[in-house]
Amino acid sequence: MPPAVSVQSLSKGFRVPSEQVNTLKERVLHPLRGTRGARFEALRDVSFEVEQGEFFGIVGRNGSGKSTLLKCLAGIYRADGGQAWIDGRLSAFIELGVGFNMDLAARDNIRINAVMLGLSTRDARRREDEILEFAGLEQFQDLKIKNYSSGMLVRLGFAIMAHVDADVLLIDEVLAVGDAAFQQKCFDQFNRIRDEGRTVLFVTHDMGAVERYCDRAMLLEHGEMVVLGDAHRVGQEYLRVNFADVETAPEPDPAADEQAVEEEPETDPLRSTDGRAEIVRAWFEDAEGNESSALPHGERCAFAATVRFQAEVEHPLFGVVLQNDRDHTVFAASTAWTQERSGLFRAGDEVTYRVSFDNVFSGGRYFATPAVARRGAGVAWIDRREKFVTALVTSTRTTDAAVDIPYAIDLVRAEARTPAA
Amino acid sequence: MSATGLPSGRPLAGPSALGGDAGRLWRLTWTLAVTNFKLRFYGSALGYLWQLMRPLLLFGVLYVVFTEFVRLGGDIEHYPVVLLTGVMLFTFLSEATSGGVTSIVQSEALIRKVEFPRMAIPCSIVLTSLFNLGLNLVAVVVFAAISGVDFHTSLIQVPVIVGALCAFVLGIVLLTSAMFVRYRDIQPIWDVVLQMLFYGTPVLYPIEIVQERSAAAAEWLVTLNPFAAIVQQARHAFIDPTADSAAVAAGGWGHLAITGAITLAILVGGFLVFRRRAPYVAEEL
Repeated sequence: MPPAVSVQSLSKGFRVPSEQVNTLKERVLHPLRGTRGARFEALRDVSFEVEQGEFFGIVGRNGSGKSTLLKCLAGIYRADGGQAWIDGRLSAFIELGVGFNMDLAARDNIRINAVMLGLSTRDARRREDEILEFAGLEQFQDLKIKNYSSGMLVRLGFAIMAHVDADVLLIDEVLAVGDAAFQQKCFDQFNRIRDEGRTVLFVTHDMGAVERYCDRAMLLEHGEMVVLGDAHRVGQEYLRVNFADVETAPEPDPAADEQAVEEEPETDPLRSTDGRAEIVRAWFEDAEGNESSALPHGERCAFAATVRFQAEVEHPLFGVVLQNDRDHTVFAASTAWTQERSGLFRAGDEVTYRVSFDNVFSGGRYFATPAVARRGAGVAWIDRREKFVTALVTSTRTTDAAVDIPYAIDLVRAEARTPAA
Repeated sequence: MSATGLPSGRPLAGPSALGGDAGRLWRLTWTLAVTNFKLRFYGSALGYLWQLMRPLLLFGVLYVVFTEFVRLGGDIEHYPVVLLTGVMLFTFLSEATSGGVTSIVQSEALIRKVEFPRMAIPCSIVLTSLFNLGLNLVAVVVFAAISGVDFHTSLIQVPVIVGALCAFVLGIVLLTSAMFVRYRDIQPIWDVVLQMLFYGTPVLYPIEIVQERSAAAAEWLVTLNPFAAIVQQARHAFIDPTADSAAVAAGGWGHLAITGAITLAILVGGFLVFRRRAPYVAEEL
């Protein structure tokens, strides 16, 4: 089957005028001013393909060009270079309920929205009832939507999106709004759309969502494609790029950086290492200091890891990240934030670092990712072992929250009113 | 590239003025215009009356001033009807162009987030104003009938006259709305031009007054100002067949051809500028 979306070396730049010409008067008085000016390349030579029926994630930080890419594909921006082919009808949802007019009833808004998205008038009319029913808003159809709750508005927006018969859907962070329950509903919708064989391109910076729902994903950084592959691998890369920037420190050693890249083994996707050190072992300890994989809630526990150095490293960073079974990062610790300098380590040195913490986590399974890194910008892992060890936090209560910190609840009852005797 | 060697489907064209689909442009223009129109009438219980109020008030003031204090149109047949017709036509011009200048910028939220034929926005503004003109003309017809105006077969020219006016207005709206995205002083400039058009058109004063002073000036006024030609022709066709038609007032068909050419140039020029800017308005907003 031919790909649903095919993009070839797409580029897009924006003009950043050095001197803004904002009025016709200025333009007439200074005909040449502002014609030069820097260009900001938001997208550089991006190529990828999305297969029919695929749920494809486009990931990147703010400013990485992901929204520009989406807008180029959606036909809102004109690309400067490269080409893209779309097989079938495409609909883009940059925001839910764009173009809603608050002074009109739901029915009118549905019609306007559907026509704007390219449906014929007859199709739009025919779909009104379906959309209202889907959104569960039949009894409110004649109410001006300014009187709708935010939840109702979102339902309406989603219902329209689900009913425009697009073969390819472009969706941009529409899920950023709403609570967890609503987001879950949105993803149920996405899964339904995918099950119908439609293709979805999903732009987000929420790695959890990408890993859970996307078949494949692509990571953009500074307008360029960094990785394209299965969602999990892209997720790792994303965390790595993000984490690398946290370490702000002296000049990186360019030679070492190159070496690091070259020596990076491709075999173990859960491991990033440059060979200068190895995390040989890691474990959890309970309150008594005994190694344990069951950590009672509320006690002082610890995570520890032993690192063996194979080369000389000055002031490395030691850290650990804890994730729960929903892939949410609930805790991160690093010497980057506690010790400026950790000392000089030579080949053959072995060190054990211990992170002790109050176990305020809710009951459930947790995964620890220990890491040793060099100070410096860029990707500077010495060794990082994804979800290297796991432990179960035992708790007597189930809260479904990420943490269960000590708290108190006071009930102050108002003076009871005694019924008149 | 797929295994078969060639990508399938349609190549991506990016945003444009027409969107490559005339049907879609028209549907969207129509839907937006009807919505605007509805909103105006939902807004208040007196909807239609409010809509009439503005031009009627302007007409009332002008009527009192120019029949009681300054007797500009004294010996012109049906001067009040001529004045009211001119005011209604000018109201259409003023409303459509003033709304049109800022239309693209006002629709920023839509333009930055949805792909659609960009021209639907300015076109819908003109169409909404045209609906209003239709309603206003009903009032003019009632007023004319009360005033004892005889209706003639030349009334069939009304669609042609309105069509020419629409072409003129649409050209201006396309040009100014596209330019306003970059040059924000277009709006005050247009306000001044609008004033000039009002006084440069025989609305308050009949063309005869100019002709008495200088026949050549009157001819050039009608030749170079398409709106003057339209208003004059409306008076000739609708109210008073004895009044000069646009062709006569312009000084012959040759001169009227120049008027037509100016109108066409504004329409085509406006369209070309709009078409050129349309792909980039989303990023310039």
